Order: sequence, then structure tokens, then C-alpha cells
Amino acid sequence: MRELRRVQGALAAAFERFGYGEVATPTIEYHEVLARGDERGAPAAYRFFDENGELLAMRTDMTIPIARLVSTRLGGAEPPFRLCYTGNAYRAIRPQRGQMREFLQAGVELIGVEAPDGTAEVIEVLAAALDAVGLTRAVIGLGDADLYRQLLAEHGVSDDRRESILRVLAGHDLVGLEAEVDQLEIAPDERETLLRLPTLRGGREVLDRARELGGAAVDRAIQRLATTHDALVARGVGDRVQLDLGLLRDLGYYTGAIVEVYDPAVGHVLGGGGRYDDLMGRFGWSLPAAGFALYLERVHIAQAEEERLGRSPAAEGRGGEAR
Amino acid sequence: MRFAEVSGSRVREEGTLKLAVPRGALFEGTLDLLDRVGVETGELRGESRSLVFVAGGLVLVTMRPSDVPTYVEAGAADLGITGKDVLLEQSDRAVYELLDLGYGACRLVVAGRKDDQSLGEAERRLGSVRIATKYPRIATRHFEQSGRQAEVVEVKGSVELAPLVGLADGIVDLVDTGRTLEQNALEVREEITRCTARLVANRVAHKLRAAEVDALTERIKGAVRR
Repeated sequence: MRELRRVQGALAAAFERFGYGEVATPTIEYHEVLARGDERGAPAAYRFFDENGELLAMRTDMTIPIARLVSTRLGGAEPPFRLCYTGNAYRAIRPQRGQMREFLQAGVELIGVEAPDGTAEVIEVLAAALDAVGLTRAVIGLGDADLYRQLLAEHGVSDDRRESILRVLAGHDLVGLEAEVDQLEIAPDERETLLRLPTLRGGREVLDRARELGGAAVDRAIQRLATTHDALVARGVGDRVQLDLGLLRDLGYYTGAIVEVYDPAVGHVLGGGGRYDDLMGRFGWSLPAAGFALYLERVHIAQAEEERLGRSPAAEGRGGEAR
Repeated sequence: MRFAEVSGSRVREEGTLKLAVPRGALFEGTLDLLDRVGVETGELRGESRSLVFVAGGLVLVTMRPSDVPTYVEAGAADLGITGKDVLLEQSDRAVYELLDLGYGACRLVVAGRKDDQSLGEAERRLGSVRIATKYPRIATRHFEQSGRQAEVVEVKGSVELAPLVGLADGIVDLVDTGRTLEQNALEVREEITRCTARLVANRVAHKLRAAEVDALTERIKGAVRR
């Protein structure tokens, strides 16, 4: 527990340095609040009734409760709001996988700052937070949540077709994607775009390769990613980011930029986030917003692995003391 | 193995890519494919009891096909080859499915006793059928999607035995030539799907070692027999 607390403390200090103030919300919310925040996503796994027969739910993440908090409690204040948190969230598990129904998240929400500035600030904070816990090799994947949906709309793909293609893509099934795309009545070069785009990931050059594939939706997304990337380079964190046109996240409230966090020492994703410019509006106060959350237990595992590999500054520091 | 800044981007974890190779029915086809890619597989074909081999710039880790998604999801192997049947059964494993490798073609089917309508009869009279299978989740999903009730019994060994001795009315299993079914007086009643070998990749390896993963995928793609 001491190590986990230390991770938590280092993250909180990094958030504080960027002027983010800590907030806490109840673990139990009205189910209606969570459902309103994420219409496309799966419903909360753990639901029950209160003494008046109201349906309650254990929160599935911190972003929706914070959106509710800001719109109901900070009404008189002047945006932007820089908020951070550490707290438990609850999701269904897959049996026999060593997963926990309850997991600890730490993250920030920047509410009231538009893209690309807001996005770039949040990614800068994320990079600093990763450094603060010794994950200096961690990489932040940056993609666009609307890109593929808009591309399919541009090709006149029907709604249910589109949902099934997005489902296959969210399942990382590129073989299934090809089978789905082959059923569409589209030109060969459009087929090529749909199949090649999700495999493009890397440095700034992927934007050029994506532009060659063409299409108005692609151009718009590239424009958004390029301005975000410029802002990141200006903040000195451009090299922490991998541009990834195949990125999709499973939460339904994202609009525009989305991020995911990887560390070479571990095989699983450490966290993620993105822009959610429509979410605040659902709680009655329309404000642009972005944020991220790190899974603390996974960050802890990654830190331990990095130390084992002798790659983290913490390990080097300790090595010095031992001598 | 120090990492350094090179032209603005970080050098990722060095070391050789690890490929999970399935033993069993897909073993021969996988080794033939690796030979065509230029990976020397003589050592794997020999009598060696080793589980890990180094060949053609790859670390080859041999294991049961059903373990491949487990190793790849955890990142213990960067890439792997396994059957679509395994991926469907373990559809909750978050791995990238990169290529259809074409070989190991089989059908996942519902089969029952020949000249015996017990599958239909059980459904009509009891409202539910009993199905033995090594693929409990695929079987459950198939009967759910077709709006029928089934009691799915998971067995580990020869599934064909179950209907012969009355454990189940039918089976859900992978069928290649159909000879095993034939020999046990069983016949195909429904086809669920067709399966072939697939190339899969770990999510983080797919991002952080993109160039190497893409290069190997292209090499394998060029060697797949259409």
C-alpha cells in the first residue's frame, strides 16, 4: 500500500503543479445521471434501489460525476475549471481474469478551454504525471474519435452498417474489418482508405500518408490532429506522442481528440482520455472540455516493471544509494 | 540496452519480437508458413522438447493454440498465431487480429447422432437441448442468437463421446474432414462459422513497435497462399 500511496502522491503533486484543484464526488450516483452522460456506452454494472425506489448506480468513471458537479455546483464561477481527482470507479469484470470490480483512477478534467489549447494542456499534464511516477518511456497515443464515423458517413454507409463496422474496429479485428468493408458498395480507392487508415500510427509523417488517402473527413481530422500536435511541440511534449489514426475508445462521450497511454515494459493500456465537448451540455451548461484518467494499479505495475528492468530514474537513484 | 533520443522519437524496447506458435493441428501449417517467410524451422520440427526457439530474427514460443490469446494479450508474446475458433471462444481477449492466414480451414458445427432426431425431439418435447462442447461460449452464443434454449456442458476430451453415451443430445465442435464424426455415427446439422489460422498482436506492441510489427505482417502476408 505504501508504494501505491507514493504513486498517488506523485500524481497528485504533478496535477497540483499545473494548478489543478482536487475534487471528490460520491461513489454512488443516480443511474439517470450516468446514463445521461454516456448514452452510447454500456450501462453501469452495479445498480440498486434507494429507500424511495430511486435507481442508483456505482460510478463507472469520474468524468461524468465531475461534469454533473461543475454544472450544478459551480454555476456562479468563471470558467475555465482545472480539477483533479483520485477515486474508485466500478465496472463489470470478465470472469477469471484477475480483474477487480473496483479500481482506482487518478486524472484531471480541464473544463472551459477549447481545442487545441485545452487538449494540449491536458496532454502536457499527462506527460508530466507519467514522468513524476518514473514512467519516462511511456508513450501517449493521440487519435480522433470522430474520424472513422465521419468517414463512413461521407461514403454514405447506413447507420446500422456503420455501427457494426465501428464495433469490429473497436474490437481491434482488422480481418473482420476487411470482410465488413468488402460488403460495402464503394470505389476501390475508398475501400483502400477505410482499410489503411486504422493501421496508420507513428510520427508526424502518418498525417501525410493519411492525406494521400484523401477524403474530406480525413482532411478535417488531419487538420485537428496537426494543430494539436503543433501545440504539443510548442509545449515541449511533441516527442511523447504517437499519432494513431486507428485509435478508438469504448466510452461514448468522446468528441475529437482521444488519447491512450502505453509503456513498453507492460502489455496493457495504462489509461486514456480525450475531449468531451458535448458532455457538459447534457448537464445544462455547455462548455468545451478534455481530461484523462490513469488506472493507478496498472501504473503501479508498470513502475515496478520499469524498476525491474532498471529503466526508471527511481531505480537508478536507489542503485546509487545501495552503493 | 540503453534508450536514447533519435531524431526526435524515442527508441522503443529493444530485443527480438516474440511470436507465439501454436502446437497441435495448426503446427505444421504454421511452420510451413514460417519457412516461406524465411524463418528456419528445422529445430522446431525436430525432437527437441524446448518450448522457446530463436530463428530468423524472431523468438518463437510454442504453446497450445488456446493459450496464444492469453500470452499475446498480456504482452508475454508480441504476436501470435492461432485459430479463429480460439479467438471467437475468447472474444473478450483484447488483441489485434491482423491477418487471415488461410490454412487450418475448418468448420464450427452443431452435430447430432445419425438417423436420430433426438436433437429436434429434445427441443420439441423438453424445450431445451443438451450440447457438449469444448467451446461453451460459442455454443451458448449460437443457441441464444437463434432463439433456442440449450444446456451447454463443457468437456475437455473427445466431444464425440458425449452423444454416444447419452451425456448430450448433440455437440458443437470443430470439423475438418468430417471423418471423426463419420466414425462415431454423427452428422453435421448446422454450420456456425468457418475458421482459419489468424495472426494476432498485443495492443501495446502494435503501437510501440509499429514498424517491426508492420514489416513482419507484410512479410507474412506475402507468404500466405491464396
